[in-house]
Amino acid sequence: MTDTQEKRFTAYDIDGKEPIVKYRKISKSFGDNEVLKEIDFDLYPGERVAIIGPSGSGKTTMARLLMTLETPTAGTIEVDGRHLWHKEVNGKLVPADEKHLHEVRGDIGMVFQHFNLFPHMTIMRNLTEAPVKVLGLPKKEAEERAKEMLEKVGMSEKAKDYPASLSGGQQQRVAIARALVMRPKVMLFDEPTSALDPETVGEVLNVIKDIAKQGDMSMMLITHEMSFAREVADRVCFFDEGKIQEQGPPSEIFTNPETERLREFLKGFNVNGNGESQ
Amino acid sequence: MTGGEGIPPALWNKATSDFPCTERKDVIPIDVYSRVLPLLLDGFVVTIQLVIFAGFLSFVMSFVGGLARLSRFAPVRWVAGFIIEFFRGTSLLVQLFWLYYALPLLGVTLPTGLVGIVALMLNYGSYGSEIVRSSILAIPKGQTEAAIALNMTPFQRMKSIILPQAFRIMLPSFGNLMIELMKGTALVALITIPDMTYYIKEARNTIGHDTQLFSMLLVAYFIIGIALTMLFRWLERKFSAGRV
Ligand SMILES: Nc1ncnc2c1ncn2[C@@H]1O[C@H](COP(=O)(O)OP(=O)(O)OP(=O)(O)O)[C@@H](O)[C@H]1O
Ligand SMILES: [Mg+2]
Repeated sequence: MTDTQEKRFTAYDIDGKEPIVKYRKISKSFGDNEVLKEIDFDLYPGERVAIIGPSGSGKTTMARLLMTLETPTAGTIEVDGRHLWHKEVNGKLVPADEKHLHEVRGDIGMVFQHFNLFPHMTIMRNLTEAPVKVLGLPKKEAEERAKEMLEKVGMSEKAKDYPASLSGGQQQRVAIARALVMRPKVMLFDEPTSALDPETVGEVLNVIKDIAKQGDMSMMLITHEMSFAREVADRVCFFDEGKIQEQGPPSEIFTNPETERLREFLKGFNVNGNGESQ
Repeated sequence: MTGGEGIPPALWNKATSDFPCTERKDVIPIDVYSRVLPLLLDGFVVTIQLVIFAGFLSFVMSFVGGLARLSRFAPVRWVAGFIIEFFRGTSLLVQLFWLYYALPLLGVTLPTGLVGIVALMLNYGSYGSEIVRSSILAIPKGQTEAAIALNMTPFQRMKSIILPQAFRIMLPSFGNLMIELMKGTALVALITIPDMTYYIKEARNTIGHDTQLFSMLLVAYFIIGIALTMLFRWLERKFSAGRV
């Protein structure tokens, strides 16, 4: 895809870099409903890609395939040079088993629309459970890491509390910290603020902006917050009807959309010019 | 566990010889209580033992059965499903007699007490399997997905994320089940296990006064029932961490 495309499609410096994630001819159907149609998509190490598009265009499915929450109908995904959904056996690709998925998906982390914190654990335990059980860190080290991350998202005071006592925005900040303690190479955010009260959207977006500035982590941000996408992303991908209809640096996508579909879509957000969403 | 030898004869003889009577009407109500109470206490201990052992084994079977029904492997699901539906769909009474008479024919001879416990386990464990299964299914899919996103193995997901949450949902149902089991133990008297019901029925044949006898029995079962209810209330409180 990159070789054939003349136009610069990301504001990120990808010279000499290999993509960390490669989707190749990925299709996904639910019954007769073909949600993704032969998608090719690359994500570079450290690159931040915003995914926008109308409801039902397949954005969530795109992320869930990479998090191994959904199985592709056809096509392959590579993560850091390794096939995610397939194993190579005698030079042939065969479907991956749970053990293989476990080995490869450690590079990926995800933040969900509805947080999905573990309600029976304290905030601290939410953050240390996987580092101890999955990464095998000593409890003390896991707690150090957790404290550091809680500080980063401004939730240090709540370490001993249970998720139910937090606001939506606070829960989402904890969920972000929980994903970060695993130190993934790629982070997926699926509409992290669309289940939140308007007052708490800002605090979560700020946390994500901070992470985006500091980290060398790749990020895939599915969002309806256009000003946020414009500010944070190196590249914006516009999905519609299961395909990437248009992609490019935010400066071009928002000011100079090429396709009629994208122009129509952006009209709903009033983002022309300054990228402010209403 | 006491076997099927019935009432220890010495005890019964003592009780009857202390208050010799030929005519049933000779025993005035107050004597009924004092004469039968020692026997009832013996039966009480046996009933408690049945509740504890059968309760514990039902609990274990509930988890084995419930998890087997959700297994990734179809044959495991089928076998578990058949066993559970079989013991749920037939009466405890019939199962009890069937095990009592059929097992020896199959070359398995168990002490009578154990036959009672096994029957109770199979019957209530089958009900319990459905409690476990439905509680696990009641945990939102997002919990499993978050655990996958943290790269937990299927075993870790079940053990530290799903089961602790499902357990909370199970507790009230298990409380009910244990009370049902406690009441179900009354049936084992029919295969001559000397529980409370057994002694009361024996006393009834010997000295009559049904009203007094069954009042005592009712109160005795009620006491165990209350104790079970309190135990499960306490457990529910203990496992409610994190809820507001
Ligand atoms: N588990 C599923 N079973 C059946 N259909 C599904 C499933 N998940 C998604 N779909 C369908 O796939 C299509 C794309 O869904 P997806 O969630 O990827 O869209 P989206 O772009 O994230 O939309 P939104 O902006 O509303 O979140 C929709 O038509 C949806 O109904
Ligand atoms: Mg979505």
